[in-house]
Amino acid sequence: MELLNAAIVLANFIVVPALSYGSQLALGALGVTLIYSVFRFADFAHGDTMSIATMMAIFVTWWLQAQGVGIAPLPIGLLAIPVAAVGTGILLLVIDRLVYRHYRRARAPLITFVIVSVGVMLMLNGLTRFIIGPGEQRFADGARFIISASEFKQLTGLREGLAIKTTQVITFATAWAFMAFLFWFLKFTRTGTAIRAFSDNEELALLSGISPKRVVTICWLLVALSATIAGTLYGLDKVYKPFNYFQLLLPIFAAAVVGGMGSPTGAVLGGYLIAFSEIAITYAYKRVAGYLLPESWQPEGLLQLLFTDYKFAVSFGILVVVLIFRPTGLIRGHPG
Amino acid sequence: MSKRESLYFVACIGLIFIVGLMQSWNVALALVNFGLVSAILALGVNIQWGYGGLFNAGIMGFVAVGGLAVVVTSAPPVITAWEAGAARIFLALAVAITTIAGAVLLWRYLNKGWLRTVAIVFWLLSGTFLFRWLFDPAVGAIETIDAARTGFLGGLGMPVLFAWPLGGLLAAVLALAIGKVALGLRSDYLAIATLAIAEVIVAVLKNEEWLTRGVKNISGLPRPVPYEINLQQAEWFQKIALITGLDLAEASSIAVKLCYTALLLVVLFVVFVLCERSLNAPWGRMMRSIRDNERAAAAMGKDVNGRQLQIFILGSAVCGIAGAILTTLDGQFTPASYQPLRFTFLIWVMVIVGGSGNNWGAVLGGLLIWFFWIQAEPMGYMAIEFLTSQMDFESPLRAHLVESAAHTRFLMMGLFLLLVMRFRPTGLIPER
Repeated sequence: MELLNAAIVLANFIVVPALSYGSQLALGALGVTLIYSVFRFADFAHGDTMSIATMMAIFVTWWLQAQGVGIAPLPIGLLAIPVAAVGTGILLLVIDRLVYRHYRRARAPLITFVIVSVGVMLMLNGLTRFIIGPGEQRFADGARFIISASEFKQLTGLREGLAIKTTQVITFATAWAFMAFLFWFLKFTRTGTAIRAFSDNEELALLSGISPKRVVTICWLLVALSATIAGTLYGLDKVYKPFNYFQLLLPIFAAAVVGGMGSPTGAVLGGYLIAFSEIAITYAYKRVAGYLLPESWQPEGLLQLLFTDYKFAVSFGILVVVLIFRPTGLIRGHPG
Repeated sequence: MSKRESLYFVACIGLIFIVGLMQSWNVALALVNFGLVSAILALGVNIQWGYGGLFNAGIMGFVAVGGLAVVVTSAPPVITAWEAGAARIFLALAVAITTIAGAVLLWRYLNKGWLRTVAIVFWLLSGTFLFRWLFDPAVGAIETIDAARTGFLGGLGMPVLFAWPLGGLLAAVLALAIGKVALGLRSDYLAIATLAIAEVIVAVLKNEEWLTRGVKNISGLPRPVPYEINLQQAEWFQKIALITGLDLAEASSIAVKLCYTALLLVVLFVVFVLCERSLNAPWGRMMRSIRDNERAAAAMGKDVNGRQLQIFILGSAVCGIAGAILTTLDGQFTPASYQPLRFTFLIWVMVIVGGSGNNWGAVLGGLLIWFFWIQAEPMGYMAIEFLTSQMDFESPLRAHLVESAAHTRFLMMGLFLLLVMRFRPTGLIPER
């Protein structure tokens, strides 16, 4: 019984949150890794791309709410994702046309792309702040819990409850649906194969008649879709605030690098790895110890390895370890 | 400098004069002072990027460490807190350093295999427990001492000017650690690693209250220049104020700012001369050749990694000095104010727009971009007032736009960066 209670505590405070947060990071890292595999640069604007995509989803949500549309128990945000993804796709294509294409044609060095992406980041950031403001926006509606802690306790008779939020399940399901689609797309469609060929060897791909324009366009559209899903799910699950999205850039980069830049499987792996470590290392295990250890062994402290505010340090620590021991990432991406 | 390039500087000074005439001389001088610090910062980044081609996305971290140096040197010491836990804290920090060093040694000198992994894990875990056992009670003891006013160790109570070189030193040590890990990999990995370390440093400064009081901030840090109130009471100053015709409060505030301007000009001059001389020395030529073609430079027998580490440390040290100066100018240490957009990416806009690889360009970029960063708000406000002047005064859209005017600065900075990168990638004053 004690063991079961301890397991429930762990599931409630570590496994469930980490699975949903990990899915969000994985989607974000997929976007970064896709951009990297086709364009060969780390996109600093990706956090703000997610932010502006979520902003669009919020506006669509508000509009639908005003029309009286509701799909309870699901949040309306889900309906808004396709519309926002189209908007984000158009935005990214316009940015590519106005900004990145020039440097692609000029065969500019990699770091030029990074700097230009900083410019795009600043502009997108300014745009979101200008339109929706820097404050917090909550736009989740529908049922809050699939099962709440008290319901769970009643159901099982255990002392600890396991709460599962609707948004957590939706996040997990949507993320995996998108990932299944993406992997299928990359593996089994002609366009997907073209993207992989382009990513492996650009010149050879061009030689065999793959249209670079098409690859670029499809890639940006996939990035838009993943960024919109990741951003909207994060906003539904937690809260929308432009600055938080900018800060997401760091764990997302860490996930992509840890997994192996340019490898989609690696990005998913890295996303979950970062999320689990972040939450597991900053969690206070006192309550778990309460169930597992005999009375006289009870520790005085919280049994917390790191304060929650140090979650960036976890991303950073993993990043450093990987950079030292395996710079190509867990799954060998492009060594660059 | 060519004629056009000197015109940029003239234009810059002209802009500041306009602000002085239209808004106030106090505002104009504040612009000059912070513009000068920005110029020093931009020089530091220019050393890394312009000479060495290193993309440092963690400038904020080095600036924050410089700020910490001010606290450590000049805040008055809290004797009771020192007695309560200082010894234990330093012991804990020594344990932490020994643990890490020991792990590195174990890694080096044991043979590869599972035994080594187990030994290292065991070593690290026991080190962590020992550290926490020493550290946690000491922190608790320090933070409870008069928590509303102090609750931290305080500093050494030395004159604040000592903090400036110390800020550079702390930043240099930090750069050494980060450079050892991230240099020699792909160029964007350095960017990602530095972005991360900066966030970690700011998190530490926000949370280690025994060191920095965290988000409770430290105000009233000593100054290297006189206080307004003392000037206002001094007879000789009252006479000067009478002659200039300004009221006493404004005159004293301007006088203090002028003192800072003089100090900053001295620092800027020294850093600038050193930068210029090293750039034009064989060392500078070597650095640029490494930047332009690492392999060729390596083939000529240059130690590419060693040189890049050196330049990363030097540039970061300048950023640390600038960070210490910034905190001195503010007179307070507020960890929550360190934001990457303001302290990292804004500096990048300065360097790129000014002209990477050219020290004059860095100085110009620092002054000019700081001007627009501050003046973007009134400019955006004016532009929106003008654009919406035909709209209904009560319209909510107009109200929202006017309210959002402050955010035009990010748009403006992004636009500057993109336009310069596209149409004048060498910047306003190109490298020679």
